[in-house]
Amino acid sequence: MNFEEYASKLLLAASGIDVPRGRVAVSAAEAAAAAGELGPVVIKAQVPTGKRGKAGGILPAGDDAQAREAAHRILGMDIGGHRVERVLVEEQASIAREFYAAVLNNPASKGPMVMFSATGGMDIEEIARTNSEAMREAAVDIRVGFDGAAAERLLTGLELGEAQQDVADFLVKLYACYCKHDAELLEVNPLAVLADGRLVALDCKFVLDDSGVKRQPELEGRGTPERLTALEERGRDLGLRYIGLDGSIGVLANGAGLTMTTMDVIAHHGGEPANFLEIGGEAYTKAKPALELVLDNPNVKSLVVNFCGAFARTDVMTEGVIDAWQALAPEVPVFFSVHGTGAEEAIAMLESRLRMTPHPNMDEAIVAAIAAAAGDGP
Amino acid sequence: MIVRGNERVLVQGITGRQGTFWTERMQECGTRIVAGVNPRKAGETHCGVPVYASAVEAARDDAIDVSVLFIPPLAVRDAALDAIEAGVKKLVILTEHIPVQDVMVLLSAARANGASVLGPNTAGLVTPGECFVGFMPAFSASIFRPGQVGVISRSGSLGTLICLNLVQAGHGESAFVGIGGDPIIGTTTRDALQALDTDEQTRAVVMVGEIGGAMEEEAAEYAADMSKPVVAFIAGRASPPGKKMGHAGAIVMGDQGTYASKRDALERAGVAVLDTPSDVGGAISELVQ
Repeated sequence: MNFEEYASKLLLAASGIDVPRGRVAVSAAEAAAAAGELGPVVIKAQVPTGKRGKAGGILPAGDDAQAREAAHRILGMDIGGHRVERVLVEEQASIAREFYAAVLNNPASKGPMVMFSATGGMDIEEIARTNSEAMREAAVDIRVGFDGAAAERLLTGLELGEAQQDVADFLVKLYACYCKHDAELLEVNPLAVLADGRLVALDCKFVLDDSGVKRQPELEGRGTPERLTALEERGRDLGLRYIGLDGSIGVLANGAGLTMTTMDVIAHHGGEPANFLEIGGEAYTKAKPALELVLDNPNVKSLVVNFCGAFARTDVMTEGVIDAWQALAPEVPVFFSVHGTGAEEAIAMLESRLRMTPHPNMDEAIVAAIAAAAGDGP
Repeated sequence: MIVRGNERVLVQGITGRQGTFWTERMQECGTRIVAGVNPRKAGETHCGVPVYASAVEAARDDAIDVSVLFIPPLAVRDAALDAIEAGVKKLVILTEHIPVQDVMVLLSAARANGASVLGPNTAGLVTPGECFVGFMPAFSASIFRPGQVGVISRSGSLGTLICLNLVQAGHGESAFVGIGGDPIIGTTTRDALQALDTDEQTRAVVMVGEIGGAMEEEAAEYAADMSKPVVAFIAGRASPPGKKMGHAGAIVMGDQGTYASKRDALERAGVAVLDTPSDVGGAISELVQ
């Protein structure tokens, strides 16, 4: 789950990292009032995406009148598909030097990675492109941790001058903050040395591990929820992963891999999938509400039900689909492929209750569904 | 990681509904289950084996080669550390939605103690004709039968479909290795490929990957130098970028983890990449006579 800048900075501040004084404002009047209190400020759009500056979502303001004007322009903007609902009004900083710092989950080392560059302010791809030597990386053993000595080793030879010790202390705090909050990514860019010598986190991005949410109750409600369509929201409320797509072939399958593959094979045979919806794992008992979800998409012209049971029992899933089918009596044609755990019982149920025989493999079921959606099927 | 019928298997979380159901299936397929763990039911017998308070206690009475965990997400870290402390050298972690930092802790402890971890978020291992560990339909003769094709899969359901197609085409499997759908896992595609490369029963390998991460690219480097033929199917070609496609690890971010990158790397390594899982039987028939 992504967190906006202001919410990310609250976590940094609580970990003892210096951030600029600031206020969140949801209206131009609130922004003006905050500027009146803080003096010269920067008005920053709060959206969980990069490139805010380039999109015109970050503007300086010398006084409260300029702050009102800037906030008025930024609030309601669309940046990377996100509508700006609030701005961060933050005191202006007099920047002497900019760095880049991050702690993130690193699949290659199967542990955390601390990253630092004495070049900051631009995005990380740009840093890598312009000067790949500049990025220092330390793979951390999470059971050992990252202390002052490790930070000093990471920074050796970087000529940070008087900031060296502050940066080392900062990295230790950043790592502690990452651990405490189950971060997947905690990035500070830029980390700035100000004219008065203070080291301050000017921007911050925090991404919470979705699997860590349940043990971070104090963070609940502080992240930015994924933007979902009405059907996707219904899926989430049912505990199902539903993703709306543009096509006409509805998909109901079990397991992430098989569901993606069903979409791929639909595309391979010239069709377009209408959705991703998987009911594998613990969700295999939810076939009935899942089917209702797929069929409530008005673009669906035919449906592929593709089950291959491992953990998920195809007899349980198929029974749910049949129950839903008989209750809803939909008019769209449906094409089944059923294999794996419980398949014999599932096929017998389909034959006795729906008078349907599954196709021998998923490609045949999919080709038939594409033909039916195009109007030239049986 | 390949599991053998003579290996002694511990089931952590044996008394739960899923633990019980799958322990019975494993026993039917020849898996040598020697004990279970549930701290609240220590001293009882369940599925015909003794239940202990911990893996460490179970290992005092009987050496354990493999432990399989039917444990809820937030309790997995401590259960895995218990198994590692007990000296278990192979852990199979089925659970999905374990906090990633817990996974890092248990993988670090496993590494320090010379233990291997399969998963998390895997359906497990099958060695047809010998045994299985996890929740795969190893008992289904239309999906698993002894043979010469090794199968590696990030997905249980898709891996099952691949095995079904192999058997329908007249082949059998030497081993199925489900590696799991999480972004950080103990046994990578490359690790599994190496295990099958050195396995005498295996004459060809099917690699079933997904979008997200860089494991298929890394495995392609290894495959390039293998003498055994490898074919691959990569799921997620039609998936939109920036979305987690059911598995936490199945996400394309920018130019990272794309279908095109994986397919290119595999094809450059001489691996045939299939457009549909239904083609796997024919592709293997051409390679293994």
